[in-house]
Amino acid sequence: MIMIFGIPIQAFLGQLLIGLINGSFYAMLSLGLAIIFGLLRVINFAHGAQYMMGAFAGMLLLTWLGVNYWFALILAPVVVGITGIIVERFALRRLYNLDHLYGLLFTFGLALVVEGTFRYFYGSSGQPYATPKLLSGGVNLGFMYLPIYRGWVVVASLIVCIGTWLLIEKTRLGAYLRAATENPILVQSFGINVPLLLTLTYGLGSGLAALAGIMAAPIYQVSPLMGSNLIIVVFAIVVVGGMGSIMGAIVTGYALGIIEGLTKVFYPEASNIVIFVIMALVLLVRPAGLFGRDA
Amino acid sequence: MKTSSMTSTATTSTATRIQLLLLGIALLGLIIAPFTFYPIFLMKVLCFALFACAFNLLLGYTGLLSFGHAAFFGGASYFTAYAVKEWGVPPEIGILIGVIGAAFLGLIMGIFAIRRQGIYFAMVTLALAQMFYFFCLQAEFTHGEDGLQGVPRGHLFGFIDLNQPLNMYFFVLGIFVIGIFAIWRIVHSPFGMILKSIRENEDRAISLGYSVSRYKLGAFVMSAALAGLAGGTKTLVFQFATLTDVAWQMSGEVILMTLLGGIGTIFGPIFGAGFVVTLQNYLAASAFPVTVLTGLIFMICVLVFRRGIIGEFNASRLGVRLGLRTKQ
Repeated sequence: MIMIFGIPIQAFLGQLLIGLINGSFYAMLSLGLAIIFGLLRVINFAHGAQYMMGAFAGMLLLTWLGVNYWFALILAPVVVGITGIIVERFALRRLYNLDHLYGLLFTFGLALVVEGTFRYFYGSSGQPYATPKLLSGGVNLGFMYLPIYRGWVVVASLIVCIGTWLLIEKTRLGAYLRAATENPILVQSFGINVPLLLTLTYGLGSGLAALAGIMAAPIYQVSPLMGSNLIIVVFAIVVVGGMGSIMGAIVTGYALGIIEGLTKVFYPEASNIVIFVIMALVLLVRPAGLFGRDA
Repeated sequence: MKTSSMTSTATTSTATRIQLLLLGIALLGLIIAPFTFYPIFLMKVLCFALFACAFNLLLGYTGLLSFGHAAFFGGASYFTAYAVKEWGVPPEIGILIGVIGAAFLGLIMGIFAIRRQGIYFAMVTLALAQMFYFFCLQAEFTHGEDGLQGVPRGHLFGFIDLNQPLNMYFFVLGIFVIGIFAIWRIVHSPFGMILKSIRENEDRAISLGYSVSRYKLGAFVMSAALAGLAGGTKTLVFQFATLTDVAWQMSGEVILMTLLGGIGTIFGPIFGAGFVVTLQNYLAASAFPVTVLTGLIFMICVLVFRRGIIGEFNASRLGVRLGLRTKQ
């Protein structure tokens, strides 16, 4: 048997893959958080709940309307994005002039309501979501067995992350967004509808969370609490990366996912807390975060 | 969470007198209460009220929103439970061990957390508390999912039997009064004034030569220790310590109690805790999920009710006339 660092290579690569998959979700979620925070200055505590809503939207679309995975991949983020837009229009908007902590507290309340409601109707236990036919099965890579769906998740999340990065860094709309992040009043005086931009940004951010949710549905089970512990890990990742850069959020997400996976190989007891430990270390060395600008 | 309440010296004395009068009435009520209400329920309210007041010391008077206070509350409840059950120490020593443990935890968490401000501070405390949660989940002494069950109440000072509900109630009431008095003293001390100046304008406090991070750390440790006092006491009341007390939902609950009652008021968190605990008691029997209602109250508070019950009262016409708060 081939060994690497005293560990069978199959176990090593298997955990590396799991880490990469977790990292894909971390990256998509911290990306959404960073976009929302960048423009709205709101820490979206409901991000985990929106991730869960994405998974549920996919499942319910399938069981009620027979919508398959591929359409759900588009529809679920749209549905959740629209709920996000409604929330921003009628509630979040009123909090922009206040201390940023109120945004955190409001979205925390929102997360409690959403998760509590889903738990009331669907219970706490997970429900399976079948892997789409096209992506079921696996391939033998010679050194390990790769389920196709997991490979797809890694590739798709990379495409989503790079696509979002391009949207923000390379397009005209993205330029408006970045300008509004720097100085909203000046941008508005140029005749750009900044309030609309804020609304769409929140919609986009929650849609991204929902997209991660529907992609996660076949891997993890669909349960009302699937997002609540995840969001805290993502917060730690955001602290490590710093909110300053979109790319920073993506890179930190993947890197910490992989580190977490490898910890499972070498020291399983610490795998739950390794991300928090890294966060503490980063706070000591670079309080602003690895990619952060603000102190 | 800036609540600038500038009261002039003339109205302050009236306000103090009224507050003392209300305090006397409230204390009298608490002494009579166990003869009409269920003592366990009252003790639960007192423990959570102290917890919320300890939390408010940090949020209301220093302007730091901690999302990780469950670690101190639940941590102390584990320490007390373990000391009383496994080492057989008397209850007062058990609670003291809980307080020291919580203060130590607060020191460690504080050192990391005060390196960031505002919203990051909230996220860092949340993450560190979650780390402590996972530690409690895996550590031997907490018995993981089972928790520590059957913690004996023991005899206070060796001769007062705490298994008698009334004895236990007055013991809890005593701890509650000591805790609130400590908070009141801290808030009205020169140290507390500096904390308030940090809340109002941190940069100016620095420019005046105060070592702001040392004061913040001090406030964090005191708040943690007092939260530990509440947690340790709660363990003796219910005779168990479980993961519920260290989970992040508990941190959210204490924020809600403080927000609902009134951030930065002495009595607000007590009212908030009473309201939330009563609500939970009523809903415990029904199928309606408590979290939905808690979440709704959160959203309503943030949108339209940011001063909380006591804060709104103080700012109302009656409150202003009583000198509790001048018009702004």
